[in-house]
Amino acid sequence: MYAFEFDRPATLDEAIALMSEEEAQALGGGQTLIPTLKQRLAAPARLVSLTAIPELAGVCVADDGALCVGATTTHAAIAQEAAAHYPALAALAGNIGDPAVRNRGTIGGSVANNDPSACYPAAVLASGATIKTANREIAADDFFEGMFATALEEGEIVTEIRFPVPEKAAYMKFEQPASRFALVGVFVAKFAGGVRVAVTGASEEGVFRWTEAEEALSANFSPDAISGLSLAADNMIGDLHGTPEYRAHLAKVMTGRAVAAAG
Amino acid sequence: MAKVSMSVNGKPVTGEVEGRTLLVQFLREGLGLTGTHVGCDTSQCGACVVHVDGRAVKACAIFAAEAEGAEVTTIEGMADADGSLSTIQQAFQDHHGLQCGFCTPGMVMSAAALLAENPKPSEAEVRDYLEGNLCRCTGYHNIVKAIMAASGQDVAIAAE
Ligand SMILES: Cc1cc2nc3c(=O)[nH]c(=O)nc-3n(C[C@H](O)[C@H](O)[C@H](O)COP(=O)(O)OP(=O)(O)OC[C@H]3O[C@@H](n4cnc5c(N)ncnc54)[C@H](O)[C@@H]3O)c2cc1C
Ligand code: FES
Ligand code: FES
Repeated sequence: MYAFEFDRPATLDEAIALMSEEEAQALGGGQTLIPTLKQRLAAPARLVSLTAIPELAGVCVADDGALCVGATTTHAAIAQEAAAHYPALAALAGNIGDPAVRNRGTIGGSVANNDPSACYPAAVLASGATIKTANREIAADDFFEGMFATALEEGEIVTEIRFPVPEKAAYMKFEQPASRFALVGVFVAKFAGGVRVAVTGASEEGVFRWTEAEEALSANFSPDAISGLSLAADNMIGDLHGTPEYRAHLAKVMTGRAVAAAG
Repeated sequence: MAKVSMSVNGKPVTGEVEGRTLLVQFLREGLGLTGTHVGCDTSQCGACVVHVDGRAVKACAIFAAEAEGAEVTTIEGMADADGSLSTIQQAFQDHHGLQCGFCTPGMVMSAAALLAENPKPSEAEVRDYLEGNLCRCTGYHNIVKAIMAASGQDVAIAAE
């Protein structure tokens, strides 16, 4: 790991000021960034820890019923604190990595990182959530821009994710057996106005919405509704864990299971 | 270099660290508490698990400066006040829950965190909780038995 300056501000304003310095990078739970620094794949001049800023952590329910999750809320805290209001999101959080990873890793870090196999991006996209930063709000549909790419500007800090809560929802993850990340994961969310389906782990473009399945499920919310559909393997990831065809097939199977689980 | 202060196994400690100093380095090299092991240094094995404010974390994946003001517990803080083995540690010995012992500090710290949260876990819950703790020797069954025993439950059910 190369050396860097380390700051642990107590307020968001201080963090924003520090992030405007040359080659500054935010530190959430460090569960992705610390291994990356060890491999020297990142070499920031300054790390700005966000974990001592009280206003960035915690779960609350907004007046319109949406679930507001502070960016530095850990996976373990979301598993507990979102359980009553948005059980599918809580279940997703409680199944990320292992207990020690869940005690440090944060939703803001996961969303900002946009790993193509990460779990939260599927929940954020399927819920039609809003990503709030210090100075603007970004709709999930505009946020995820491909593998490890997001709409965030240099130095921009995610402060909160606001989830509209669906009538029914479920996340089904087929675990890659070594890393336990999603080989393919599908989040299905049924709202009064229609169904949204987001697939993670499968595509070279990162998380994506499967619009054909959304239309079929909006007309008939049952696993049978998608039995005639198929996803093209063209843009799917192929690696030693699975071929593009396998992932395309798995995405359909996991969509069906998520619909069944959502009930 | 910056100064950090925290409580380790109930004692206040301070030290000089760089931003990049990991908590595990501070514990082992700064404080000489070498019971916390580094098995992988890539967040996979769990040999380095310690408690920070009561929660299990991988000490190879947190900077020492992030533990400023925290209460840290390591394997050195697990024995009973009179120096005898704690219930969990004794159960590992009784049920042959270790062979080379390299993973054991992390296993004991994870087991303690589990039992604090869930005093009577099922066997499946024990196995699930140990997802991030790898052992190359025992095949896990005796570790699961030890944790079941430490929770005061029947160990016969732990898979043979
Ligand atoms: C063993 C293991 C298993 C895992 N399994 C899974 C899994 O099954 N599913 C899954 O989804 N993930 C998994 N992860 C990843 C884990 O969820 C990470 O916690 C998460 O991806 C990153 O969150 P973090 O808070 O640790 O971010 P960090 O590592 O601190 O940061 C990650 C990136 O986000 C940036 N960042 C952090 N916070 C913010 C913010 N508020 N605003 C702007 N940028 C920010 C950082 O600069 C960095 O680029 C696993 C990790 C490990 C080590
Ligand atoms: S040394 Fe920390 S997880 Fe292996
Ligand atoms: S006892 Fe040897 S690694 Fe677990």
